[in-house]
Amino acid sequence: MLTNYGYIGLYLIVAVLFTLFMVIIPIVLRFLKIVPSHPNPIKNATFECGMETIGKTWVQFNFHYYFYALIFLALDVLVVFLYPWAVSLRALGISGFVMILILIFIVFVGYLYAWRKKVLEWK
Amino acid sequence: MEVAGARGYIYPDKELDREEGQVIEEVKANSQGVIPDPDGWLEEELERNILLTTVDALINWGQRSSLWTVICFPACCAFEFIAANGPRFDLSRFGMEILRASPRQADLMITAGTLTWKMAPNVRRIYNQMAEPKWVIAMGACAISGGIFASSYNVVPGYNHIIPVDVYVPGCPPRPEALIHGIRMLQNKIAKKSILKKG
Repeated sequence: MLTNYGYIGLYLIVAVLFTLFMVIIPIVLRFLKIVPSHPNPIKNATFECGMETIGKTWVQFNFHYYFYALIFLALDVLVVFLYPWAVSLRALGISGFVMILILIFIVFVGYLYAWRKKVLEWK
Repeated sequence: MEVAGARGYIYPDKELDREEGQVIEEVKANSQGVIPDPDGWLEEELERNILLTTVDALINWGQRSSLWTVICFPACCAFEFIAANGPRFDLSRFGMEILRASPRQADLMITAGTLTWKMAPNVRRIYNQMAEPKWVIAMGACAISGGIFASSYNVVPGYNHIIPVDVYVPGCPPRPEALIHGIRMLQNKIAKKSILKKG
């Protein structure tokens, strides 16, 4: 038992040493001037590659996406609950059926509300 | 080689056009001369010891055996490069089958094709983004001297006006064999590099 913990401790030490070693290698190589260093402002920029964006990049997403996402989430969760219920339908019996009906009713009220608020119409 | 820093964002189209024109004119005005080829260090004599030679051999072997090309092919010589990279000519024999879309991960820029002054700032920008050590192969007549478009007002007469070039591969376009020969020459050049030389 203790030997197993010992292996985990050994693994931890090796992992930490390996990580430190990997971080230190480039620093040492830079110190020994093996890695060439010719920095310039473009290379040092955080922007990774390619062209700078031209014009406006603050794109506004249509707010409708938000509603759709909410409805999708609600129905998604419903499906997640329906599947295990359908798999063990016989075992759960009538009480399970009633509970699922209540769940569907709750989600359906929300769906109706969204419908009444004309979320489903694309304007 | 001067480097333009980050600019602020501009929104109206007219000002965008004006800004772009200014950048291009600036690059054009500053790149009339030819950047000398970085080969001065090839003739330098060095006092080598056995440890240094071994380190050099190891590093140079690693660098020349994994030349990764940045995807920056402004014009038609790129097709010959594609052919060279395909199964028939098979560049992966030389450890360079990987094309990097990000210049941050690339060693080699193969400048395939005609370069217009409009594109020149972008090519220089990509070159500046590449990590050290970086190499450039000028591929084709247009990359060497502007080729048949050399007399045009809007064509850069050779990439060495924009970026330092290591190897020139002539041809219009060069055959994949010629490109592979150029790559072998570049590999020979890298093999001569030492960490003591300013390469």
